[in-house]
Amino acid sequence: MPIHEKSLIRPENLVEHEELVIDGVDVSGHWSTFIETRAVSDYNEEMQEEIAALGGGENIHRCWQCGSCTNACTVNAINPDFNPRYWIYLIRMGMESELLRDKDIIWQCVSCNKCTYACPRDVNPEGVMKATAHWLELKGHTEKKPSMIFDEAFSHQVFETGKIEDGLVLRQFFKGTNQPLTQPWLVALVKGLMRKFPVLYMVRLGLATVFRPKTSGWGRARDAINAYVEEVEQSNRKALGLDAKGAEQ
Amino acid sequence: MTGKYQKVAYYPGCALEGTGHAYNRSTKAVGKKLGLDLVELKNWNCCGAMEVKNIDPKLQTYLSARNLSIADDMGFDTVMAPCNGCYHNLKKAEYDLANDEPSREVNERLSSKAGHATYESGKVETIHALDWIKHSIGEEGIRQRVKNSLKGLKVANYYGCMYTRPRHIFPEKDKGPGTESTSKPHFMDEILAAAGAENVDYPLKTACCGGAHALSDSDTSTKLVLNLLTTAEACGADVIATECPTCHTGLEMHQVRAEKVLGRKTSVKILYFTQLLGMALGLKPKAVGVQENFSDAMPLIREKGLA
Repeated sequence: MPIHEKSLIRPENLVEHEELVIDGVDVSGHWSTFIETRAVSDYNEEMQEEIAALGGGENIHRCWQCGSCTNACTVNAINPDFNPRYWIYLIRMGMESELLRDKDIIWQCVSCNKCTYACPRDVNPEGVMKATAHWLELKGHTEKKPSMIFDEAFSHQVFETGKIEDGLVLRQFFKGTNQPLTQPWLVALVKGLMRKFPVLYMVRLGLATVFRPKTSGWGRARDAINAYVEEVEQSNRKALGLDAKGAEQ
Repeated sequence: MTGKYQKVAYYPGCALEGTGHAYNRSTKAVGKKLGLDLVELKNWNCCGAMEVKNIDPKLQTYLSARNLSIADDMGFDTVMAPCNGCYHNLKKAEYDLANDEPSREVNERLSSKAGHATYESGKVETIHALDWIKHSIGEEGIRQRVKNSLKGLKVANYYGCMYTRPRHIFPEKDKGPGTESTSKPHFMDEILAAAGAENVDYPLKTACCGGAHALSDSDTSTKLVLNLLTTAEACGADVIATECPTCHTGLEMHQVRAEKVLGRKTSVKILYFTQLLGMALGLKPKAVGVQENFSDAMPLIREKGLA
């Protein structure tokens, strides 16, 4: 029998025999089209608890699948595959292999908080997205994504000096992601600024790259923060059953 | 209600010392012009922006709690943050410290190790630059002080994400007439209308510019920004008024990037609301840092007789 909504089924799950005769009836071609059985047997029963153990993921168990998050989602509007409601479902069901199909887009959450605003159950889907992206990375399912490279460069500066300097964050990010600083649009942007020649502003930015902005008397806060970050990293690894180097125990 | 916030603690944040300096300059200039006192927090630190929370949300709470404890030490009960990111994070810290025991515990531990007082929720009120203008001078006060009306200038007011979302960290919003709305914010519209601007009906006031991933996922940000720009133009706006340095820089950056990468040129200008307000109050474009913006709004400013 022909299948009317083929677009809803992944091509690899559709089976069709070019030539097939069953009990003397010729069912070649689309007459033999059927949908591959999908029996899931490899549930990951730990997945929800592991993601809930990471910062932001704590309330995932509260979700009742209303879909308000996906409906409100900024990224979903430009990429329909970006579907927080569905991912939360997969995590709660433990359907890891299904979740992994989308492993390379989950990091793209822009933290606009429209989902968290819309959620009637206080799930904090924005936090769940970040926790999930973090989980994928810690488990070795994905490489470090550009946003995490940026977050780490940025946060490291904050931890060390108490403040950030935009120029340094920019340079570290492009270096960390192997991109040249001379992006044509960035060059056009700086040229546009130079044309107006805001002397004091340029001097200020120049000085900031030499005398990095910092919070004075930050030393004790820095030590406390660094010790805390280490503690968080260790507890994250422990919750995910990883040893110190990140390999699964 | 006006007459409040005549002297408040001022938390500029990192962006206002860097790429968003025009916002810092114009906020201070407007404050001075209106006779409002801003006292900068001593030795403030970065709020963690949109990044530190992805390392650990409770650590981000501590960073803001440290700033709030400084405001308290300096004897202030109000701190004003013009940057949406800073404002949001201070508000979120306030909420988490009042409602979340683990956040309180981490804050206590880090504060005592760092050697400063532990901030306790409820001591300092965090306000945005919009609250500050709205409740100190108000629309009537602005109308009386306008020297150079923004008459004929069509403005799309853009508030972004962090000023209104998520709702629960802004308990003072959505409380009926006179309070700010989280779904349809209007403080900036009212302030600029009082300065003579003609506000267009902009449907994307609280849409996202993709600022958190402005560099790490720039294709997404360019799409989001292009949508904001073309919609503003379709609404007939000459200029998008901003109240967040991340949004502002994002709009400027991706306006250029959309042209370079997608070949889509847009001509709507982008100015901080404090720049527009400052010029309406009679300040020169230079005094409100127009030369420090990446995009060039001078031709428009001259055309509208604001220079």
